Amino acid sequence: MTVYLLCFILFLTGLYGVITRRNLIKIAISLSVMEFSTFLFLALVGYREGGVAPIVDTADPVKTYVDPLPQALVLTAIVIGLATTAMLMAVIIRIYRKYGTFDIREIKNLRG
Amino acid sequence: MMNPLIPLLVAIPLAGAFLTMIVGRFITGIPRYMALTTLLATAFISFWLLLAGEASPSVYIAGGWEPVNGVPIGIHLVHDGFSGLVLCIISLIGLLSVIYSISYMAWYTSENFFYALFCLMIAGMNGVVLSGDIFNIFVFLEISAISSYALVAFGVEKNELEATLKYQVLGAVASFMILFAITFIYWSAKTLNIADIRSAFSTGDRGSHYVLIQVLLLTGFGLKAAIIPFHAWLPDAHSSAPSPISAMLSGVLIKAVGIYVIIRLFFNMFVITEGMSVLIATLGALSMAAGVFLAIGQWDIKRLLAYHSISQMGYVIMSAGIGMTLMARGIRPDVAALAITGGIFHMVNHAAFKGLLFLNAGAIEYSVGTRDLHEMGGLAKSMPVTSATSFAASLSISGIPPFNGFFSKLIIIVAAVMGRFYLLAALAALVSIITLASFMKFQRYAFYNREPDNIRKEIKEVPAPMLLSMITLAVVCLLLSLLALPGVRDSVLTPATEILMDQMKYSSQITGI
Amino acid sequence: MKGMTVIVKKTTQLIAGIIFLYGIYIILHGHLTPGGGFAGGVILAGSFILLILAWGSDFLHLVREEQGSTLYENLAILVVLFLALSGLLAGVNVFFANWLPHGTPGELLSAGILPLYNIFVGIEVAASILTIFLALIIFKEEVLK
Repeated sequence: MTVYLLCFILFLTGLYGVITRRNLIKIAISLSVMEFSTFLFLALVGYREGGVAPIVDTADPVKTYVDPLPQALVLTAIVIGLATTAMLMAVIIRIYRKYGTFDIREIKNLRG
Repeated sequence: MMNPLIPLLVAIPLAGAFLTMIVGRFITGIPRYMALTTLLATAFISFWLLLAGEASPSVYIAGGWEPVNGVPIGIHLVHDGFSGLVLCIISLIGLLSVIYSISYMAWYTSENFFYALFCLMIAGMNGVVLSGDIFNIFVFLEISAISSYALVAFGVEKNELEATLKYQVLGAVASFMILFAITFIYWSAKTLNIADIRSAFSTGDRGSHYVLIQVLLLTGFGLKAAIIPFHAWLPDAHSSAPSPISAMLSGVLIKAVGIYVIIRLFFNMFVITEGMSVLIATLGALSMAAGVFLAIGQWDIKRLLAYHSISQMGYVIMSAGIGMTLMARGIRPDVAALAITGGIFHMVNHAAFKGLLFLNAGAIEYSVGTRDLHEMGGLAKSMPVTSATSFAASLSISGIPPFNGFFSKLIIIVAAVMGRFYLLAALAALVSIITLASFMKFQRYAFYNREPDNIRKEIKEVPAPMLLSMITLAVVCLLLSLLALPGVRDSVLTPATEILMDQMKYSSQITGI
Repeated sequence: MKGMTVIVKKTTQLIAGIIFLYGIYIILHGHLTPGGGFAGGVILAGSFILLILAWGSDFLHLVREEQGSTLYENLAILVVLFLALSGLLAGVNVFFANWLPHGTPGELLSAGILPLYNIFVGIEVAASILTIFLALIIFKEEVLK
């Protein structure tokens, strides 16, 4: 139970970073912290007491495996997170060349 | 037994997107026709499945993994009344946007990226609407979201890059909240299939984290659907994007990945409680009011239309909330059915007339070169077709008969009055009047004023493909008002309402078939 | 961009081939050990990116490289879609069906159509990560002179 609570606290830390930081790169890093806390939570949900890694070996049969489904979900979600971060980085690089700064308080062309 | 056309709705746009990338490198000028063919095929299959299909709901199990002992272990694709209707809207508005963008995108470079990303976005939205498995919704949601981030920033100027940065950061926060909620659901229900989660939630006690799951999902999908207070990205993103993309974003994307998923999950997956339904109805009412009050003072035509999108989506969420509240209290199921029917009908109507309004704004920008209402005037003489279709769309959104907006708003207000929500009904009527005032201002300043003195060039009508899309959408707006007739309504709208309200019909398709 | 020092260049010359083989090993044994298409593809792309970072991009014609990797990426995805749809054509009539014979579990040639999916997804992930890297470098080098 405590580990799940720690994952949630890590999620809230990332959210705090997205809200309060001014530098665009720090916002991108805080988004990565949020996403990693979710992956950690998802992989921890699959734990079973006394289980081993879910690789079937016909030589020695084992009674309990940990749940393999959250591990497959985390693999998919890692690739999705990679695509999101790559897209965000491309936009940040182009914004730096157009506006000349990483500070989000300077990037306020659209208002109203 | 399983209809093989259902996965083709996702496979054909995906194949079209990547074929466009390959062929567009060697032969220029062909990607637009490949995208057109892809969307024609998708639209044909969607309408065929809706109108001539078999008994709803029809389930397609990917990989052929049949349920074991009544426990579903595969990924299910479900086509029932509600998802079939949303699929038709996606393909129709997508097809008309591609026809429009054949001549509109001629002044941007690297066109084949545009058409590839467009087909990828359509594939993602089709996947969200069709999936019966909650992690599959997340994967396709991300596909369509990343394509739309790239499409908003398509002409890489300062405004568009800033708009897509705001859209991306908020969209990423929403996606990770949704993933967190999916993890909670897997922890408490031990399964990922929507119908199976429903049976896990309805038996046994649900624990205190049930409210946390609902709030996280409402926040995440509310950010995608731009409900107040999560609307901050919408005016910038929808006004800076190229016009066919604005029509797709505002007309289809916020419905297919926002409103559709909220309505589907809260009716078919969660057991309805009264607290959440009152919260949803309140958020809808706030969106209605705040959207229209923020829209009155706008002079940029696309920002004006974007704020009105927030307010019209508030109508849909409010009517869904009214239906949920009546079902949670267990009284007047006929009024609940009427409210949900009105909400779904308004969703369909809004796709048509908001798409038409954004295409008109794009036509004005193409001919005149500006988006500011102070700098234009007297366009009714020089652009007659644009002016006529824009007049039709403005009458639709304000709720004037015989256009479609009147009938859907009437159903929502009547349902609110019959369910004794007098305050919400009065608010809906007031917001409709203010919408009428705002669009009268738009029509007057754009089309019927006298021409300003500093006209730079000769203003003529836009090319033929753009006219074809606009006229088709205007005719669709008129035809959609026929959906209020009892005969037509029973074959299109009533199956959608039934699958949402009937508690057992959605979940029995897993263990029964 | 300029390359790095002689020590880095010689070390990557020795190591890059081994990383490439390791990536192929992870892709091919995807149905027996953890890994599969995604993880193996990332390792494959890692070997190429290591070479470009160590030797500098002055040796390459970057736009042609990026066009080549985009072509591989699109072709690989089309083959994956075709494999998925081949269930409809081979008479089994289900999308994503596993219709090649399953062998005995534990052998390399078993589990039906899964090793083919792993191979093409691996090529696709490697090509797409290389495309992302090259696109960011091209923007820095050749667009902003």
